[in-house]
Amino acid sequence: MKNRTFFWFILPSLITMVLFIALPIVSVALQSLHIEHEAVMVEVENCGPFGCKQELQVDVEETAKLKKERPLGQFNGLGTYTNRNHLAVAEIGEAWQSSNGFADFISKALNLPFYRALAFTLTYTFVVTPLVLIFGFMIALGVNTLPKRIKGPTIFISLLPMIVTPLIGALILFWMIDANGVIGSTLQWIFDDPDLSLKASPTLTWIMLMVYGVWHSAPFAFIVFYAGLQTVPSDTMEAAMIDGASRWERTRYVVLPHLMPLTVFISLIQLMDNFRVLEPIISFSAQASATSLSWIIYNDLVGTESQFFGSAGATSVLTILGVAILLIPVLIRTWRDFNQKVV
Amino acid sequence: MFLKTITAAGAFALLGSTAMAGCGITAGNVSILSNDFPAIQAVTAAASACAGDGVTVETNLTKDHKDIMVAALTANPAQYSSVIVSNSTLVTLMNDGLVRPIDDLVAKHGAALNKSQLITVNGKVMAVAFMANAQHLFTRTDVLAEAGVEGVPATYEDVLAAAEKVRAAGLMEYPVALNTKAGWNLAEEFVNMYMGTGADFFKAGTAEASVNNKNGVATLEMLKSLVAYSNPDYLTYDSNATQAEWEAGNLAMATMWGTRGGAVLDDEGSTAEVVAGTLLSAAPTWGNGARPASTLWWDGIGISTNISDEDAEATFIAMMNGITTEVVKANNDAAVWLVEGYTPSPASAGVSGTAAGGAAPYPMVPFMGALHTALGAEITDFLQGTESAQQALADVEAAYTAAAKEQGFLK
Repeated sequence: MKNRTFFWFILPSLITMVLFIALPIVSVALQSLHIEHEAVMVEVENCGPFGCKQELQVDVEETAKLKKERPLGQFNGLGTYTNRNHLAVAEIGEAWQSSNGFADFISKALNLPFYRALAFTLTYTFVVTPLVLIFGFMIALGVNTLPKRIKGPTIFISLLPMIVTPLIGALILFWMIDANGVIGSTLQWIFDDPDLSLKASPTLTWIMLMVYGVWHSAPFAFIVFYAGLQTVPSDTMEAAMIDGASRWERTRYVVLPHLMPLTVFISLIQLMDNFRVLEPIISFSAQASATSLSWIIYNDLVGTESQFFGSAGATSVLTILGVAILLIPVLIRTWRDFNQKVV
Repeated sequence: MFLKTITAAGAFALLGSTAMAGCGITAGNVSILSNDFPAIQAVTAAASACAGDGVTVETNLTKDHKDIMVAALTANPAQYSSVIVSNSTLVTLMNDGLVRPIDDLVAKHGAALNKSQLITVNGKVMAVAFMANAQHLFTRTDVLAEAGVEGVPATYEDVLAAAEKVRAAGLMEYPVALNTKAGWNLAEEFVNMYMGTGADFFKAGTAEASVNNKNGVATLEMLKSLVAYSNPDYLTYDSNATQAEWEAGNLAMATMWGTRGGAVLDDEGSTAEVVAGTLLSAAPTWGNGARPASTLWWDGIGISTNISDEDAEATFIAMMNGITTEVVKANNDAAVWLVEGYTPSPASAGVSGTAAGGAAPYPMVPFMGALHTALGAEITDFLQGTESAQQALADVEAAYTAAAKEQGFLK
């Protein structure tokens, strides 16, 4: 393709990408560098049905003047990033100085909201992603061997967890694992422990959230792998059979290498998706035991009267950086494969 | 251009046909944003009756009103001409000057209002309150009697003793519930309990938090003693869950919102035994007994700044039509009304008792929201036993300080 043609061909996508991806990110990053104006406060008398009280209030006119001068707020540089509710540089430094041993340092770091969220987010990502790959592949292999007649319905049913909206799917599970719910009371019966509660213990909550994650995402991996299985070259398979390869050997040495690009693709999508885990934490009311980076953003913007835009912006930028770091190994691999093919 | 002329002509035609609507408003756009519970539904329904020739009334009742109100009222013209506000949301709107002083409207159209309904800030009327709310004690008198407890607990120490008796008698393993869902609800329980000590949340005249003290520690310890008698899932319990547990007969004592009283005492969703045994009473005191461990809330009417004076007047008249004596009489049990014509009932005994006991209103300072958020996130570690009370409170203050700096309240 000529350069000129290529340019006109790509222009519409380029414009949309700048408008809907690049600009919002720039805006979020800019917002994260600012905090609100210093509030001008006055002490006034507030009266209501329950009596009067002297209380501090914001002087609206004075504050409005400040806002008009600089609508973005005060420039704070990286102050929001380094404060206690984000990277907590000072607190981490102090914890490092004052802790007696590595375990003590870790426990002090995990007391800070950002690192606590990061701990769950990373654990979730690195437990759920491989399990989704494994389960997806196994289901695909299983479904592929089914007789044609029942294949369609099986595929449809296997896809259901992915079709259900995450928030709703997680809510349904939340009620099922309640002590009075079908799963909760069955577990109590199995373990013969009437006090067993999946919602009360942090460990069980983590496990539950990850089980949910696998349940929700495995169908995605399954359907991609299943599509891939249809393209496995039959002559190679037949040759392997003639050579006396067992089913395991055929899967290991023919099918798996053939599906490698798909595995990379699913890992890429799943790493991104799982790093942004949010819905199950909301639905399971799990914030006491598990928080994620996306949950911190959500908490800054929803459910409080005054939103923390700067704080949410900072966490968003940190999340983008996190996703970028996670994807580097996968991207390097893809790049190498791509170059090999060209040569 | 053609299209513009047509729409303009159409608009004029509509405006031209002004006949008198039901409430004496001739023209104007009324749109109301509010929380969603039965008392507010009654008010907005009555206000909607003002719709007619030349007057439009739109309502948006949603639990998520807090999330949209600032953005909706910052627009000029504002998306809503009125917001049903409470202690905490009024402050947020006032921080940005999004609600207007309404002294003139009150003088002109508010003859029927009690003076105590007027919320004045620095001498200006900013809102008109119409109902009060508070969290207070719900007791199953039949269960307590069976366990050998006499009377209704008046202090949280009594609640603990009664809970122990109920448990010891084998009646219930988890007789107590509070709205302890991590986040806003749990923080509200801390605020309630801390209020009971009579102490302030901030150093006088500043935005510096001061909860990491002996009152804060005692508050956390009292909460922990109470949740020891709560279902292990207590960190997921919000108002809906607590009400459901109550109506299912699984609880003997609970701290719930006054607005739940009507729903608990009606003949839906529960058994006759539970309803007959349920008694609503004032929020208990504890420790030094300074005042009931609860916060008083009001809900009222605020009028947007960014609308025309005509719309503001129309909105005020429509809202006055929503809180008439007739509306209150027809919905007597839905709330503790501050309006003339309200007769106290068993469903309101708890809120009235709490107010009469001298409970304080929820602090109307602009930085309270940040402290509330910090409390909701940080005190779970203590309740789950992974952290000391002092450490949890130090975390609260640190998280609050960082947030308050972002909002410009602290340097």
